[in-house]
Amino acid sequence: MARITMREAISQALWEEMELDPDVFILGEEVGVWGGSYAVTKGFYDHFGPERVKDTPISEAAIIGAAIGAALTGLRPVAEIMTINFAFSAFDHIVNQAAKLHYMFAGQMRVPLVIRTVSGGGRQLAATHSQTPDVIFAHFPGLKVVAPGTPEDAKGLLKTAIRTDDPVLFIESATLYQTRGEVPEGEYLTPIGKSKIQRPGKDVTIITYSKMLDVSLKAADQLAHEGVDVEVVDLRTLRPLDMGPVLESFKKTNRAVIVEEGWRSYGVGAEVASRIYEEAFDFIDAPIQRVAQKEVPLPYNRNLEQLALPQMEDVLKAVREVI
Amino acid sequence: MDKQEYLELFHQMVLIRHVEEQASVLYQQGKIGGFLHLYIGQEAVSTGLISARMPQDRVITAYRDHGVAINCGISPQVVLAELLGKATGCSEGRGGSMHMADVEKNFWGGHAIVGAHLPIATGLALGDRYKGTDGVTICMFGDGATNIGYFHEAVNLSKVWNLSVLWVCENNLYGMGTAVDRASAVSEIRQKAEGYSIPNSRVDGMDIIKVREAAQEAIEKVRANKTPYFLEIETYRFRGHSMGDPERYRTSDEVKCWQDEEDPIGIYYKYLVAQKIASAAELDELGHAAEQEILEAVQYAESSPEPQAEDLFKYIFVDAE
Repeated sequence: MARITMREAISQALWEEMELDPDVFILGEEVGVWGGSYAVTKGFYDHFGPERVKDTPISEAAIIGAAIGAALTGLRPVAEIMTINFAFSAFDHIVNQAAKLHYMFAGQMRVPLVIRTVSGGGRQLAATHSQTPDVIFAHFPGLKVVAPGTPEDAKGLLKTAIRTDDPVLFIESATLYQTRGEVPEGEYLTPIGKSKIQRPGKDVTIITYSKMLDVSLKAADQLAHEGVDVEVVDLRTLRPLDMGPVLESFKKTNRAVIVEEGWRSYGVGAEVASRIYEEAFDFIDAPIQRVAQKEVPLPYNRNLEQLALPQMEDVLKAVREVI
Repeated sequence: MDKQEYLELFHQMVLIRHVEEQASVLYQQGKIGGFLHLYIGQEAVSTGLISARMPQDRVITAYRDHGVAINCGISPQVVLAELLGKATGCSEGRGGSMHMADVEKNFWGGHAIVGAHLPIATGLALGDRYKGTDGVTICMFGDGATNIGYFHEAVNLSKVWNLSVLWVCENNLYGMGTAVDRASAVSEIRQKAEGYSIPNSRVDGMDIIKVREAAQEAIEKVRANKTPYFLEIETYRFRGHSMGDPERYRTSDEVKCWQDEEDPIGIYYKYLVAQKIASAAELDELGHAAEQEILEAVQYAESSPEPQAEDLFKYIFVDAE
């Protein structure tokens, strides 16, 4: 096992897949000469050349539209949208084109496209640049939505996403790029659509994903000192959503807290809680708790921003609520 | 062209006209759902244009796609079956009128969000460039699509990357019910290509011979120069934007004038007779045969099976959940 950062893990996945398959190429704003806005594709332009690492104009609909078209011809584009907030400018192409073509034309068209983007707040970028609208994209049948929380999963899931014949929105977190974790040596793939228990426990189940995994694991460590044994289930994929490990864990602990960075209304918490109520009603010992962002456009001011974002203290409070 | 090729173009135009007339009847009978946009009046545009392509040239268009589908080689039976939502339709009843495609015939749809297929066309051409093949992507769209951002993003990118796209604007004078000069800053749509340094021209879309010649020239320019070209084809739709259009935005006199004097099938008919390529009797016979063919195609479509209920979830993902 090697201990690397999230940025290195994602970069390695891209590099390995591009070395393996000449049909894989990257396009997006500043992915080439600049080396990627978050330095994920640093060194790629010099190694793979301008045809495989394509700088684009600031033109999100054209980036995704062109990536879809190229994917239809059998290529495997990895399109980078600098932040998920800019994906709204390509919303039609993501949810109304990429997610629909295979179905609407009865399987004639395939869109083996990966869209890499960055979600989440906490960097004082104010309301338009700080959102966590992951669930909006997960609403659409036909689009896979992956959001890893560890370097190991990020690498394995991105490699799988690139090899998948379906469109995948691959959501990264800017505040996780420096996070380190163990990654297996050599080639490995992580399946899309499989939740994973990241920390075993027996008293309470926390269900979370992406950056909030890190927050939840820290909360679980603290709660362990108080004698509360928390199990943490990482969804890893929002669509298709794998409820298997969630329900298995819940049937054991009978208590659940769902933690997400995005707004509470219509969120991951709402979806997962509903499914627990539908599929494990007889096992419920306490009302399911949700930890999420306060319902306000994120402000610039550091204190106000942190006030709106879900914190570890909120997770601790919610867990204490259910036990 | 030899005589057979001339007649084949005539045959295709007449087939499209009959398919559309039958579709209109089937719609009024409640057998076709959703929106139905007829191509009557514009037959010379896609017939002339697509007759000029090579097999490696891709075609992609908007929602007024029945004629384009037939020109690309999808049979009228299969087009009508899709209109009726049948399992034998080209999209197995999942797409309907606005979403016809047959990728084996290099026809990439049938796209119903105005302008959204233009960036996709850029990508199809990028695929050919990446693989080093010499195919041209022929992307058709209406005048209305040139006012949306997708148009400008796609056309700009095609020039920045010098992709082999032939942009074809079918200017039928109205975007739904809004006349071009009420919606577009320039009434000659080809002028928009100037802003992107893309060579361009304009042609009369009611005369199939002119369309075909302009298309041949444009396609070969794109192929040889490996750079986009913009062709504006002036045309007119004889029916409403879609079924149920009250047509308050134009007079019946205006429509009648176009139908009487600019019918693309009538113009081509007269041309073939005047040039002594075919006799009036031959063409009438061809017309009757086409009508009969379409009546039988309607029967085929009507007697085709519905899609299976258990296939509702088929085709959501290639790699199943």
